[in-house]
Amino acid sequence: MYRVVTRRMIVPNLHEFTVEAPQVAMAARPGNFVILRPDETGERVPLTVADWDLEAGTVTSVFLQVGASTARLARLKAGDTIPTYAGPLGKDAEIGNFGTVLCIGGCYGIGSIYPVARALHEAGSTVYTLLEGRSRYLLYWQERFQKVSARVIELTRDGSTAHTGHISRLQEILNLERITPDRIIVNGCTFLMMRTSDVTRELGVKTIVNMNPIMIDGTGMCGVCRLTVAGKMRFACVDGPDFDGHEVDWKEFLARRKTYNPEEIQPLRRSGCASHY
Amino acid sequence: MPKQEPFERIRNFDEVALGYTPELAREEAGRCLGCKNPHCVAGCPVGIDIPQFIQHIIEGDFGAGVKKIKERNALPAVCGRVCPQEEQCEKVCVLGKKHEAVAIGRLERFLADWEAASGAVEKPDIASPNGRNVAVVGSGPAGITVASDLVVLGYDVAVFEALHEAGGVLTYGIPEFRLPKAIVKREVEYVKSLGVKLHLDCIVGKTRTVDALLEGFDAIFIGAGAGLPWFMEIPGENLNGVYSANEYLTRCNLMKGFQFPAYRTPLKRASRVAVFGGGNVAMDSARTALRLGADEVHIVYRRSRSEMPARIEEIENAEEEGVIFDYLTLPIRLLGNEEGWLTEIECLKMELGEPDESGRRRPVPIKGSEFTMKVDAVVCAIGNSPNPLIAMTTPGLRTGKKGEVLADEETGRTSREKVWAGGDVVTGAATVISAMGAGRKAAKSIHETLSE
Repeated sequence: MYRVVTRRMIVPNLHEFTVEAPQVAMAARPGNFVILRPDETGERVPLTVADWDLEAGTVTSVFLQVGASTARLARLKAGDTIPTYAGPLGKDAEIGNFGTVLCIGGCYGIGSIYPVARALHEAGSTVYTLLEGRSRYLLYWQERFQKVSARVIELTRDGSTAHTGHISRLQEILNLERITPDRIIVNGCTFLMMRTSDVTRELGVKTIVNMNPIMIDGTGMCGVCRLTVAGKMRFACVDGPDFDGHEVDWKEFLARRKTYNPEEIQPLRRSGCASHY
Repeated sequence: MPKQEPFERIRNFDEVALGYTPELAREEAGRCLGCKNPHCVAGCPVGIDIPQFIQHIIEGDFGAGVKKIKERNALPAVCGRVCPQEEQCEKVCVLGKKHEAVAIGRLERFLADWEAASGAVEKPDIASPNGRNVAVVGSGPAGITVASDLVVLGYDVAVFEALHEAGGVLTYGIPEFRLPKAIVKREVEYVKSLGVKLHLDCIVGKTRTVDALLEGFDAIFIGAGAGLPWFMEIPGENLNGVYSANEYLTRCNLMKGFQFPAYRTPLKRASRVAVFGGGNVAMDSARTALRLGADEVHIVYRRSRSEMPARIEEIENAEEEGVIFDYLTLPIRLLGNEEGWLTEIECLKMELGEPDESGRRRPVPIKGSEFTMKVDAVVCAIGNSPNPLIAMTTPGLRTGKKGEVLADEETGRTSREKVWAGGDVVTGAATVISAMGAGRKAAKSIHETLSE
C-alpha cells in the first residue's frame, strides 16, 4: 500500500498528487510515468511524473479529473492509501544542451513538462516555456517554470493573458517574442500536440510529443498503447512516450483514444436509483 | 472426468473440469499397470515418480502421494490442470498403446486438490539461514520454483514482480475457467509462508536494474517470461477492436474486466470475434470471448487441426463449446470504418506443403481464394517473445534474435556472472512445467555455485 501525502486541486479539475513511493522516487527521470490503481477494483492508470523528492521518497503527478478512475483519485486525502504505484516507466526524455528549446505545456501537460524543462535548463539549454489553456485561471506552476526558463509565455483563448488565441498562432508568437527554437517539446492533450506538430512541420522545427494512449500494464506486455510512428508500430510505454510529432499517425491515435469512451461513463452513472435516467 | 456441460459453462467463468472424487481417483489409479520400466517418468519434464504416487492413491494414502509429487513439482494443483500431458507422460504410457492412457494429470490434480481441501499442507523443514541472498525476477512458474527451492536451503530469497499480483502468466494469461486464481493465490501464499519475500510493482530494468540488484544480492535468477506480444504485421492492425491476446486476457483475468463495471477495467463484449492462432492462448481467448457473450467465435489458423500446438483437451473443450474452427485460413488484412473501428477481415485459404523448420507442414496460399468475414473483434494470439526491458538495461547479458536470454540448458547460467535465467524468457513462450523444470535446474546450479 502506498500512502497519499497530498492530493489537492490546483486549478479547476487539475489535481496535484503526491504519493510516498521511495523505490520510484529513487529511479525517476524526466519523461517517466507511473501506473497506479486508486483501489482494488480500479483500473491501472498512467500518470506522468511531474516531480519527486529523493529524501522524502515521494513522487508527484498532475492529473485531470475526467472519468471514473480520476474521479476516485480526486477524492483521496492525505493519509489515504492506494494499492498500486509502479514505476518509473517509459523511456527517459532526451536531455542535453540543444540550444534554444521551447517547452509547451497544456492542461496536465504543464505538470508533466516541468521536470523536462528543469533538466534541460540544468543541462545548459536555453529554455522558453509556453503555457497554454482556455483561460488564465487554468494555468499553474508559473513560478517553478520561471526559475528554469529564460521567459514564461502564456497563451489563452479568452484574452486573459498577454497572448490570445490557439496554438495555431505559434509562428506569430515566436516572432513577437523573438524566439527561434532549435527544438520544441509539447505535452498536453492530443489536440494540442497534434496542432503544434502541424504548425511546426511547416517551420521545420524538430518537435517532440509526449503521447498519452490508453494503457494497462505499462511495461510492454499488452500492446494497447500502440501507435504508428513513421509507418511502424510502436508501443508508447516502452518505445516512448516521447516521439517525433511529425511522424505520428494522429488520426489513428485519436480514434484509438476514444475506444472506451462509452465505458468510461457507465461507472459514473451508478446511483442505485431505479429511475436514474 | 466430470465437466460442466458446454452450454452451461459458456455462461460462466467457473472451472470447467470438476475433478475426481476419491472413488473415481482410485478407480482410475487402479488402471495403472505398475510397469517395471515406467516410460511415464521419462516423459515428465521434471521426472515425477508417477507410478509411486499412483500406487499411493490405490492404497488410499493421499498424503504420501502428494509428498511424492512435491519432491519434483512444487505446483501440482497448477500442473495437473495445465500440463499438456498428452504430449508428455500420457503420450508414452504403455496402457495408451492399445487403450486410453492412465489419466496421470487428473490424478495429480486430485491429490493436490485433496491436500488443499484437507488443510494438511505439509511444510518442508527449512534450513537455518546460510547468510546468502538471492533475487528472483518474476513471480511466474519459473521464479516461484527457484524461490521455493532455495528458501528451504536457508537462502534469503526476494521475488520482484512487475505487476500488482504474483503468478505471472498463471494469473494474467490462463483464464479462471482453466486455472482458478484462488489456486494461484494459495500457491503464492504457500511460498511466502516459507519465508520468501515478495515485492510487487517492481519492474526490474526500470525500478531497479539487474546490476543495481547485484549490489545487494549474491545471485539473480531472471524468470521474466515472454510477455511481448506478436502482431501479424498486416494492414489494419491498429483498428479499434483489435487486441493482442495479452491485452484481451489481462483485461479479463488480471483486471477482472468480465465483472465490469464492478471492476472498472472495461472489456468490450464483441458479438463476432476472430482469434488468430492455434495454441493454448488462442483457445483461451476464443473461450473467453464466448463467455463474454459473443454470438460467434472463430479460430483462424493457417494449418490444420493436427498441427495446432494447443492442448488436445482445450481444443476439444473449445469444439464442444461451439467455437468455429477456420483451418487452413490466413488473415491478410483488417478493414474498418471511418471512425477507426474494425468491421471485417480479409483472409486467404491455404493448403499444406512441405514441412518447415518446426517439422510441421508449411501452409501455402491458394491463389485467388480471398474472402472476407464480418467481425467486430480480432484477438491476435500468434505468440510472444521476451520483453526487451531486462536485456536492454543489463550490459553483457547476451540474447538471441528474438530477445531470448541465452542460458545454459543444464544450469541456466547466462553470459553474466551471478546471473541465471530460465522459463519463457529463455525458450520463448512454452509450458508451465518446462519453466518449472528450468527453475529447478537453475536453483540447483545457484546453490552449487554459492556453496563453493
